[in-house]
This record gives sequence, structure tokens and C-alpha cells, in this order.
Amino acid sequence: MSLRSLNIPVIDFVGKRKIALIFSAILLIASIASLGLQGLKFGIDFTGGTLIELGYEKTADLENIRTKLAEAQYEGANVQYFGSDTEVLIQLEPQATSSAKLSSSIIRMLGDGIDVRRVEFVGPKVGEELTNDGGLAMLYALIGILIYVAFRFEYRFALGSIAAIVHDVIITLGVFSILQIEFDLTVLAAILAVIGYSLNDTIVVFDRIRENFLATRHVEPEPIVNEALNQTLSRTIMTSLTTLLVLLALFYLGGEVINSFAGALIVGVVIGTYSSIYVASSMILALGISKEDMLPSEKEKKEIDARP
Amino acid sequence: MNHYAAWKNVLIVFFLFILGLFALPNLYGSDLAIQISGSGNYDVSQRDLDKIKDTLSDNGVGFKSISLEDKNVLIRFNDSQTQLSSKAILKDSLTRNYVVALNLAPSIPQWLSGMGGKAMSLGLDLRGGVHFLLEVDMDAVTTMALDRYYNELRAELRKDKLYKKIRKEDNLLLVSFKSEALKNEAKKVIKNDLPDLVIAEGTEQELELGFEISATAQADAKLGALKQNITTLRNRVNELGVAEPIIQQQGTERIVVQLPGVQDTARAKEILGAVATIEFRMVDEKNDVQTAIQSGKTPTGSKIYKFKDGRPLLLKTNVITTGENIVDASSSMDENNQPSVSIVLDSSGGRSMLDTTKEFLGYRMAVVFIENQVETVMEDGVAVKKRTKTQDIINAATIQGTFSNRFQITGLDSAREATNLALLLRAGSLSAPVEIIEERTIGPSLGSDNIQKGLISVLVGFALVLIFMAWRYRVFGLVANLALTLNLITIISILSLIQATLTLPGIAGIVLTVGMAVDANVLIFERIKEEIRSSKNIQKAISLGYEKALLTIADANITTLIASIVLFSFGTGPIKGFAVTLTIGIITSMFTAIIVSRAIINLIYGGKKVEELAI
Repeated sequence: MSLRSLNIPVIDFVGKRKIALIFSAILLIASIASLGLQGLKFGIDFTGGTLIELGYEKTADLENIRTKLAEAQYEGANVQYFGSDTEVLIQLEPQATSSAKLSSSIIRMLGDGIDVRRVEFVGPKVGEELTNDGGLAMLYALIGILIYVAFRFEYRFALGSIAAIVHDVIITLGVFSILQIEFDLTVLAAILAVIGYSLNDTIVVFDRIRENFLATRHVEPEPIVNEALNQTLSRTIMTSLTTLLVLLALFYLGGEVINSFAGALIVGVVIGTYSSIYVASSMILALGISKEDMLPSEKEKKEIDARP
Repeated sequence: MNHYAAWKNVLIVFFLFILGLFALPNLYGSDLAIQISGSGNYDVSQRDLDKIKDTLSDNGVGFKSISLEDKNVLIRFNDSQTQLSSKAILKDSLTRNYVVALNLAPSIPQWLSGMGGKAMSLGLDLRGGVHFLLEVDMDAVTTMALDRYYNELRAELRKDKLYKKIRKEDNLLLVSFKSEALKNEAKKVIKNDLPDLVIAEGTEQELELGFEISATAQADAKLGALKQNITTLRNRVNELGVAEPIIQQQGTERIVVQLPGVQDTARAKEILGAVATIEFRMVDEKNDVQTAIQSGKTPTGSKIYKFKDGRPLLLKTNVITTGENIVDASSSMDENNQPSVSIVLDSSGGRSMLDTTKEFLGYRMAVVFIENQVETVMEDGVAVKKRTKTQDIINAATIQGTFSNRFQITGLDSAREATNLALLLRAGSLSAPVEIIEERTIGPSLGSDNIQKGLISVLVGFALVLIFMAWRYRVFGLVANLALTLNLITIISILSLIQATLTLPGIAGIVLTVGMAVDANVLIFERIKEEIRSSKNIQKAISLGYEKALLTIADANITTLIASIVLFSFGTGPIKGFAVTLTIGIITSMFTAIIVSRAIINLIYGGKKVEELAI
């Protein structure tokens, strides 16, 4: 029974994979170029430094704050409004002498009656450690996933899902680099969540591809993959939409602190949805998946045949 | 077909009931409260409670309730003004055996808290407070240990006059000998009597030996310094009056200090990181300080010290007594309305003070304030620790009469300085300098903003999903919505049960699980639709839909689970908070989206003749 007889619109995803390849290539090249040329705008979690968020009763005078900081000879101070014009975010690069006392003296210098909303100080050594830990967490997550998928499916599927993940992570990082949005620890958490999400999507499609290979007598992989993509399409869209609804609520209502976290996830979910349809399946087709790969191996078959 | 056995349904309802019960405490708000606990080994009792009650009613303070919970007296108030004024009253009336701290006390009814029901604890980003990561200067610990062993080694070898000379070099104690026989004798003695010292590889020469501190002894010294510092920090935090502080060892050389609700973070920083003490020394009246400076030769037995304003003074090198002999200190204003610190010495400190003041009546005695600091500075792009030691004379006054263990010192710049000094002297000194290497402070206003915004975004996101699902899947959508609601309750319940700390990234994790939990139901429902389209019997379609989707859901969730467990193990701070709720959410969503939703669908459609599904 074909999908068409069931009144399901059949989209030729697999046939369009050349176009998708070009599209992905453009995004990847742009991302890598931006990451290579201007890099990420790392927050103080990774660079070390001091961050102070202040709440003023009236509109804050940024120039005045900048002048005061310059007079006191603080290097690399970045002063900007945060959320509204009564809130100010001051960020300082690591100074010659990095210490937690810095924030206290700045707050004292700017005067009384200011609501100190947030102070973060990260020493240079800690920043370095957080960067290493973050990188390691990402690496371990990828290895864990690779092993599980190779074990549950087949190595080509594992490579396909990793390709999709790397694709998604690079493009999400690329968006952060191109727009120069600050990259801090919570964004790193979001990137890791994107890995989980993208994988979730990919596995659902792979599961269906495997099932279809086993259920039909067709041997051509392309139509089988295409059918699986169409069968899971409404689920893919539904899930992406519900997740996006929640993320949009977070993005618009969750406050400034959670803003870049939600932003990273929104980008990641959109890219992840696209990649589970185009990237992961194109990859396994390119690696030459066939019906035989889905069947129990020769050794297992013999064991089954040997049974009385 | 599509029928759960009665026991299965009962079990599901039972589980949900229990989980719901433990989620319940979160619905109750909390009261403004003052928490009074004993400092050190002292436990507060019913007698203290009665005393506190009397004090409050004598001052005409109205409070909501007062009770003794977990060795704490908890007084609940209706408004923050009474809370703050009561804190001042109690702080004045109670001795320093008590820690008086502002707190929020959950107002959970007795029957619920009796069963162990507790609300989730809120992280610092939601309630406001300070998080510090302190690093103990372990190089300083090693140096101090080497000094100690230097003295011990010399004392040991001097007994039989074994050595010629001992000197310190890097981390080594180099001993030279007159003969090889003496060297071998020394080897034996050290092996027996100072086993913590071992001969460093490649240092043995004909008439010389190099000792180093053994690895275990070094590790012991470091651990000892860390533990001692934790104790001192705990004392200092108690002095600051913070409810539910966390002071924990992290790794081998770091200490985490979390102070919920602290508003004056500048003071907290000053107090926690300070390695300060005082010393009492006699002024060298026989020699002139200016001649000493000009000639560049300080008289033997004396040393040049400076006042804070730079004026030099010659002080004797012999110390009369130090901060270590101080058992109590409190700040006050003296008769001239100058800030002062009243000091009580222990018996040995008191004795030497008495001897000194008797002998040197009419001469001047100086109080020297000593502070050790360690800071990280960037030198050519490399982070290097810089140690500074400041020694300031705060006061040099003529001894007017003899005194022993009780006296006052003046000469402090401000009342704040006097309070801080008194506090540091009381709480004891840190055994090694510490440096704050990470600080995260969330002010109270941002904390409450975060709670509010987090709550609203969860509710709005949740409502959007509910509407969307009901629109798309009709009856099945409503079932999924019920399952989703139960999932949210289950997550909250489990977070409360394991007393996990809810943070803002944690809320984000919950929001994300809401989105992803729907996925399981979407997978099932789409599969049922497909089965119906291939004209299967409706009951069979439901059953097959659940069955076939199950494997996919399991695969998808296990991979996400791997990712979130990795996050949990390697992540720190915000990442960890996110991973905890995501992990719990994935697991609970399997229960609610598969088992609970199936049970409800079975109750609605199971065993009936259904013409068409509302899906």
C-alpha cells in the first residue's frame, strides 16, 4: 500500500537532497567563516572578569557611569542598558589585579541608592576551567550518543546522527557568532540541550527507516527513506511546534537572564528539525545503507537457522 | 483489548496520589521569620524559647508564632518591618552563643510537614544571595609546614649535636654534617623520630642530606588547613547571621560558601576573605627611629613599623601576645566616643600582659594590625598569585596602669572597622590565606523578578501547549493534556522529595520537558492515526499505536537521557540545575505520557464498540 492511496501528501524529500546539501553547505560555510574570523563573544563565565547589573530609580546616565569608570582607570569596561533604561549592565575584562573586591569598589564609587541586582566575578583560572569542562561535557555527550546509536542501530546510523548533531551545533554557534550574542554557561547548556533534541528527532526518523526496511520487499533505499520521512513528518512538525511554543514563551517572558538560553534553543530546534529530515537521512544514504544491513548478521542468522 | 487490570489502575492512582501529596507543600507560601540557633556546640532549648518570647513581649513586638524546630527557634512575623526590628532587639539581648538570622519559613500545615512534606528549595538566583568560591593558598600552607619542620628538625638534631648547618632551599631542608658517621646517625634519628621527613632523591652527598616533607604529610597539612579554614569560615558566617548557609569543601583546595538572602555583600566579602590578626609589642624607646632609617641599620631586637599614615616607629621584636590568645572581642564606643574594641585574653595571654604592664609601666605599647592577602595578577598573560602582608600600627599608647586579660584598644578609623576587627578576632583566624576566585551575587529584587518571570513563562508556555494539543487531537489531546499536567506535578513532587534546589535554568529544564513530553504522546497519536488509515479495527489501532511508538519513544528518550546525565556529571552551576530537571522530566514523562495516558484512553474507549475516534 502506498502513501498516496492513503491520501497523505508525499513530498520528495530525498530527491531534493542536493538542494538541501547546498543550503546546508552555505549555512555551514557562513558559520565556520564567522567563527573563524570574529569568533564567539564569550561571556565572563569563560573569559573571566566582572559583571555588575544595577537598577536605577530613574533613567540611568550611561555617559556619566562610563566617565566615572574611565576616571578610575578601569580597563575594558562595557556599559549598556539591560532590558530597560533603568537597568545597567557593566562588564569589565579581567584587570591587572583580578579580585572580587573590584565590584564592591565600583558600586561604592557609583554612589548610594542603587539597587545591586547582580554581581558576577570569575577569576581567570576558573574561566579557563569552565571552558575546558564545557568542551569536555560536549565531547563526552557525543561519544555516549555515538556508542548508544551504534549499538541500537548500526554504525552508519551513528555517523548519520553525529553528522546531524555537528551540523546543528556549528550552525547554532554560527548564529551566535554572526549576531555577536554573548555566549555564557547557560547558552552552553542550551547547546547541549540542542544536541539532545536534534538527536531525539533523528532517532525517531531512523527508527522508522529501519522498520520500513524490514517490512517491505523493496530494496531501493531511497523510496524507503523518503516514505519514512513522510510518515514521521506530521510528528516532526507537531513536536517542533509545541517545543517552539514553550521556547517562545521563555524567550519573551522569561527575562533577560534566560533570553539567550531560549534564543539558542529556538535556533537549535529549527535547525534540528531541518537536519533530522535532510542531513541525517542524506548521510546514511550517502554511506550506502541497504536492506541487508538491517537484517540480523550472518552469524546470528545461522544461529536462528540452527534452531530445531 | 485495551483494558488494564483493576490492580494496575489502582496502582497508577495510588502512585499519582502519593506524588500529588508531596507536590502539595509547594502551594503554601512562606512566612517572614527569624531563626535563632546555637553557635558552636550550643543547642537551643525550650528554656531559650521562653526567654525569647518574654523579650519580645517585653518590647511589645507582635509575632505570628514561635516554635522550636530542629534545634532552632523559629519566630514567624506578619510583616518585614516587625521582622527587622525584632532582629535588632534579639541581637542586642541575646549573648553571642546564639546566631540570629532572617529567614523565610514555609507555612506548610502540620499534617503535611509531619509526613515529611517539604517545598522545593529555591536556588540563590531565585531567592537572592551570594555564592563564593574560595581557594586556599596551598603554597603558603607548604611554606608554613616547611617552617615548622625546619624547627623540629633542628631541635631533633641539636640534641646530639649531629648537624653543622641547616638551611631551607625551595621545598627542601638541606643539612650539612661534619662527618659521614654523624650523617648516618642523623638518618637513623630522623627515620625514627620525624617520619614525615624523607630524604629527597638525588640530594645525598658526602656530607650533606636534603629532606623533603613526605607526600602523605603534605597532603595531611593541606587537608588540615582546608578543614581549619572551613571551621573558621563557619564561625564568621555565624557571626554575620545567615540562615541556612552552605559551607562546603570542593575538591582538594577550594571551599564553596553560599549565603542566601545576604544583602550587604561587600561586608560578606571583607569578612570571609580576611586573614587578619593583631599583635601587641613594646615600643623601643631607647633608639631613635629616624637615625635607624637614615643609617639603614635597625638596632638588634627592634624593627621598623609604620602607622597607617606612614609615620614610622621602632618596635621590639618580642611579641607580648597575639590574636591567638584572644577569647572574646566586642566593639563599642569609648568615653571619648571613639570606636574601640574590648578584648578578653585567655590565661596565658593575660599572664604575659600582666607581667609586661607591671614591668613597663609608663612606657608605650603598640597594637599592630596584620593582614595577609593573596590576589591573582596577570603577568605577561599568565595568572600569578601575588601575596601581600600589611602590618600597620593602629595604636601606640602609654601604659597607665597594670592590667591583665581585659582591656580596650582604640585608634581604629571607623565604627565599621572596629566591628569587623572584633568579629574577626572572635571567629578565629584562617590557617592559610584564601582568595575569592568566583562570586555570583543575586540581589533580592532580581531574585523575585526571576521567580515571577520563570513562573509566568512556564504557565504561558504550558497553556499554549494545552490549547494546541486539544485543537489538534481533540479527545486524545485532552488526555495528553491531563498526562502533561500530571507530569508537571510529578516533576515538582520528585524535586521536593529529593530536596533538589530549583534554579532558573532548572525552570528552563522543566519548560523544555513540557515541550518534549508532548512528543511521546504525539508519536503515539500519529501512529494510531496511521493504523486507522490502513483500515485496521479501531481498538487494534489504539493498541498497535501504543505498541509501535513505545520502542521509538524509548530510543529517543534514552539518547536524550545520556546527554542530560553527561551534562549533570560534567556540568557545574547552572548546567547542573538544568540537567537535574531535564533528567527527572524525561523519566517522569515516560510514566505519564505512556502508562497514565494509556490508562485513561482505556477507560474511555477500552472494550467498547467504537465507530470513530476523536483524534
